[in-house]
Amino acid sequence: MSLNLVQAAYIVAAVLFVLSLAGLSRHETARRGNVFGIIGMAIALTATIWLAAERAERPGLTLALIIAALAVGASIGLWRARVVQMTGMPQLIAMLHSFVGIAAVLIGYNAYLAPDPLTGVLTGSAETIHLVEVFLGIFIGAVTFTGSVVAALKLSARINSNPLMLPHRHLLNLMALLASAGLMVWFVMSHALLPLLLMTLIALAFGWHLVASIGGGDMPIVVSMLNSYSGWAAAAAGFLLGNDLLIITGALVGSAGAILSYLMCQGMNRSFISVIAGGFGTEGATFEADQDYGEHRESNAGEVAELLRRAKSVVITPGYGMAVARAQAPVADLTSRLRKQGIQVRFGIHPVAGRLPGHMNVLLAEARVPYDLVLGLEETNEQLPDADVVLVIGANDTVNPAAVDEPGSPIAGMPVLEVWKAREVVVLKRSMASGYAGVQNPLFFRDNTRMLFGDAKDVVEDVVRLL
Amino acid sequence: MQIGVPREATPGETRVAATPQTVGRLIALGHTVTVESGAGELASYPDELYAEAGATIGPSPEVWGADLVVAIDPPDPEQLDQLRPGAYLAAQLGPGQHPDLLEALAERGVTALAMDAVPRISRAQTLDVLSSMANLGGYRAVIEAANAYGSVFTGQVTAAGSVPPAKVFVIGTGVAGLAAIGTASSLGAVVRATDIRPETAEQVESMGAEFVPIALDPNATSTDGYAREMGEELQRRALEVCAQECAAADIVITTALIPGRPAPKLVTADTVAAMRPGSVLVDMAARNGGNCELTEPGAVRTSDNGVQIVGYTDLPARLPTQASQLFGTNVVNLIALLTPNQDGQLVLDLDDEVQRGLTVTHEHQVLWPPPPVSVSSTPPPAPSEPPAPAAEPETGATRDPRRGYVAMGLAAVLFALVASVSPPSFLGHFTVFALAVIVGFYVISHVTHALHTPLLAETNAISGIILVGAILQVGNEDLLVRSLALAATVVASINVFGGFAVTGRMLAMFRREESA
Repeated sequence: MSLNLVQAAYIVAAVLFVLSLAGLSRHETARRGNVFGIIGMAIALTATIWLAAERAERPGLTLALIIAALAVGASIGLWRARVVQMTGMPQLIAMLHSFVGIAAVLIGYNAYLAPDPLTGVLTGSAETIHLVEVFLGIFIGAVTFTGSVVAALKLSARINSNPLMLPHRHLLNLMALLASAGLMVWFVMSHALLPLLLMTLIALAFGWHLVASIGGGDMPIVVSMLNSYSGWAAAAAGFLLGNDLLIITGALVGSAGAILSYLMCQGMNRSFISVIAGGFGTEGATFEADQDYGEHRESNAGEVAELLRRAKSVVITPGYGMAVARAQAPVADLTSRLRKQGIQVRFGIHPVAGRLPGHMNVLLAEARVPYDLVLGLEETNEQLPDADVVLVIGANDTVNPAAVDEPGSPIAGMPVLEVWKAREVVVLKRSMASGYAGVQNPLFFRDNTRMLFGDAKDVVEDVVRLL
Repeated sequence: MQIGVPREATPGETRVAATPQTVGRLIALGHTVTVESGAGELASYPDELYAEAGATIGPSPEVWGADLVVAIDPPDPEQLDQLRPGAYLAAQLGPGQHPDLLEALAERGVTALAMDAVPRISRAQTLDVLSSMANLGGYRAVIEAANAYGSVFTGQVTAAGSVPPAKVFVIGTGVAGLAAIGTASSLGAVVRATDIRPETAEQVESMGAEFVPIALDPNATSTDGYAREMGEELQRRALEVCAQECAAADIVITTALIPGRPAPKLVTADTVAAMRPGSVLVDMAARNGGNCELTEPGAVRTSDNGVQIVGYTDLPARLPTQASQLFGTNVVNLIALLTPNQDGQLVLDLDDEVQRGLTVTHEHQVLWPPPPVSVSSTPPPAPSEPPAPAAEPETGATRDPRRGYVAMGLAAVLFALVASVSPPSFLGHFTVFALAVIVGFYVISHVTHALHTPLLAETNAISGIILVGAILQVGNEDLLVRSLALAATVVASINVFGGFAVTGRMLAMFRREESA
């Protein structure tokens, strides 16, 4: 009877999760979506805790332990969520993914050490399938865990974000997969702990290497890919425990992450495989790195303020540089001042700007820029030819005309914001260094481009002062 | 190094080669500046402002005897004699038109820099006085036209009847032509423009005018950024287009110039005769002979049928304040190029194509004309290349669909094999899994890009549902299992609570305009 009730609760929770994700697809329903998610989670947890207590030999102790563990986790989670800077969002999310990964590993080991009493003693093919599930669950969990840890470290700049280039890295990855497959056969035949432990070590190293060999510029794709992995890890745990709720939720999250990664890849015109294989811009050695584009024209805050004052329509295209300099607040201030003077201001966001899908949108929202001013790639490109001034704030590869003009360029074919079509372009940048793709940007040398060097925050504040 | 800024001697010249602002920048480069008394008077820059900026005010001989003299126009013989041997002179020298002046300068050992012979490459744009002056000239040409024209530019519908907008036709769409187009369209006129170079059509359209093509042959792209003298056939066609368009226009502005040659006669007397009385033609090429056969350089004349033909040759000089400022800035950019260490020492590098291009005399040698520099931004299409066969299929781009079917078939067979030996409970779970993947796909594929980050955080929180698995294992009596399960519970719950909280925080920040 109680099992049926729990099942019913799980079904309700699963439906609520679907509604939650559906709600998250639009601004208008997004908050309701989050509430659905919370309710679904509360229902699922209550039912589970009840079931766990009922099944346990010592319900009191079990209940107390569960509540204690939840309280610890909840306080850590809520604390991190409250203090995180919006610019630090990518590393927080990557870190959270690693928790799902490690949890999946622990659950996998537990399922091996103490099979669920309800399923009874497994035999024959059922047992084989169970062992394969254990094995795969731990494998996916371990890869997610170390991969996310590396991603979080790279995103928080605690380790070098350049791609790690081990010799024969593709071969290493392949060897890891083959070795794991071999260990799986050994494990299924012998039921021994040793192959499981060996595989865990290999999977941890594999996850580490997989993400370490991907450059910082590809992190938006990596984060959504890891999101997908964390979903598959949960789904694998669901198979392991015979729990449909875990399977549904894991599959939802897994496919959501996969689609996001796919959209990101489209935004960069690159295949998923090539991102995973790592090393952006390191293989296309065919282009001349030192092509002479002439000289750039340096500007100053006064001139830019003057340009803005005279403009009728201004488009701002932010990039990761804005996040690094935490310039979103002065940018928002600039926006509201310009708009008070009757100047139309729009934001053009490239799909891969920043280090997380939608990163720029979150930063601008934090600075209280109304979201209806913020446009996507295609809409922005429609507006750019009519814009008087474009401010490029800390973006580089996403506004590089080489992607359109130079077929030999490593970023050729990547959709970019065509800012050079506007009348005047002002590029705010720290120096003339190239972007993550390591490609020189001919935009800086165009006749209608002015460069404004310095920390984005200071520079924007100067411009605001002079307006 | 001492820089001299003379008062211009040419009659009608109102400009000055340095303004108080640019003097400040010259001093910042390590130079000292002497300005001739009254040099900036006509451009509204009194001597006191120069003195405030740090310049000394001196008499003519002192200024012309400086190490570097910057001027608008070439020196007259008297001033030429005051130049020291080894001195530098930067001015608009017209090296193509005045070979005798170059000889005279070379003879005296003067290093002459022709501000109007800057190579047309992007890097040199900041020094190019032809561009900066043509820009102002184009503006002024429209203003002169508006002044002479008896009607308004903007179309209006008023209680006293409707006013049609002026029709403006611009011939030649270089810097001056584009400036004229921009000015005329911002005054509200309907603007059409033509040029021998079809690649300028885009620029014309970007300024809000309609482009009237002349060239039927698309291979006529020039490689040095300037228009070339036309072939006979093309010339005939250009005359036709001009005749047709001029007859329909109220205002015609001609800006066609070919470097080193007289301006092409694009508007014939017959064309003028076909224009409406009261219409205005401003000939910006008047100094080089004019684009119109009836132009009288430096004057306004009215044709027999009442068309006013404005032939002013000093259009930029009619905006002396701004023209001086732009010219002065060009000069500063030149001197900054020649003072790479900002220490007041001039360094002339004749291997640099920009510096080579504008140096017309150096060490008693005439260095004009410079070797050609080819720099058009649009490469000319290779004329001999045959058009690619259109029907050629794109091999390799599309994969053989059969491969996909085979792979799918194999996967189905493999799955059937696995399924045939699995217990029914596994298949049940698998059904749920497959359906959930599909649901996830459809639910997520329409997400607004802006919400990707909250979505990631939300899915992250939801994937914390793995907590359920961990909680069920806590009840186990084995100490190891229980500890592992507790650890899993803690980390998964960080995910659940942190994920939801951070999603909520982000969503609270997104707001619409109304609530602003």
